[in-house]
Amino acid sequence: MVLSPADKTNIKSTWDKIGGHAGDYGGEALDRTFQSFPTTKTYFPHFDLSPGSAQVKAHGKKVADALTTAVAHLDDLPSALSALSDLHAYKLRVDPVNFKLLSHCLLVTLACHHPTEFTPAVHASLDKFFTAVSTVLTSKYR
Amino acid sequence: MVHLTAEEKSLVSGLWGKVNVDEVGGEALGRLLIVYPWTQRFFDSFGDLSTPDAVMSNAKVKAHGKKVLNSFSDGLKNLDNLKGTFAKLSELHCDKLHVDPENFKLLGNVLVCVLARHFGREFTPLAQAAYQKVVAGVANALAHKYH
Repeated sequence: MVLSPADKTNIKSTWDKIGGHAGDYGGEALDRTFQSFPTTKTYFPHFDLSPGSAQVKAHGKKVADALTTAVAHLDDLPSALSALSDLHAYKLRVDPVNFKLLSHCLLVTLACHHPTEFTPAVHASLDKFFTAVSTVLTSKYR
Repeated sequence: MVHLTAEEKSLVSGLWGKVNVDEVGGEALGRLLIVYPWTQRFFDSFGDLSTPDAVMSNAKVKAHGKKVLNSFSDGLKNLDNLKGTFAKLSELHCDKLHVDPENFKLLGNVLVCVLARHFGREFTPLAQAAYQKVVAGVANALAHKYH
């Protein structure tokens, strides 16, 4: 699965549209993930996961910032996300199934806030982007 | 069997009441075929599916999407007996249509994205969670008779 030039254009233009809201959306996507897929909470026993939690917001911003980095390096995701890839493989060891769950909730968040921008083609490109990022983050698992 | 709280049931039916089932069906099916193009394998007879525009304006896609979502709608009226409600359709999808049940999960999640797009902020995390339970229940029910 490869990001086409059109995919890259869609991804970048979406990220431009999101602007400064990326952090908020990251937090909302995490919220959605915890509420829709409660098993994901098992990775955060040390967090306050109640709605509006400052920890969730902060973590959402972290996730969003990493995605923003990824958007700036679509031609070389493995290199740009190498440190995060190590982190997920050797320390966090989040089961790969969970990346799909968060990716889906990121799509839902974007669909809610940018309905016009979220055309079928953009939806497809974003899904591919999140899949590509997930693949890099799990690439060193074994 | 899907276990929704009273609040979740209310969220599901409240939002569904505002859905244009015919249109949303076409949009959901269209997006499935675009975002996960391998799902087009079941629709060789549908004609031009070569671009997103072609898919979304395809009359057969719209008609079939409408059919699928009306069926889903029936499920919403029978959340306590999804397996019974979808028993015959489950057999059909296994024995005649040969559809991998993974596709039901894909369509369910695309439907959630479409609802999010239509309802915006109203599609709160709680509303989404309720709908995720429903789409998972329907997908399981449709896979139940597979052998």
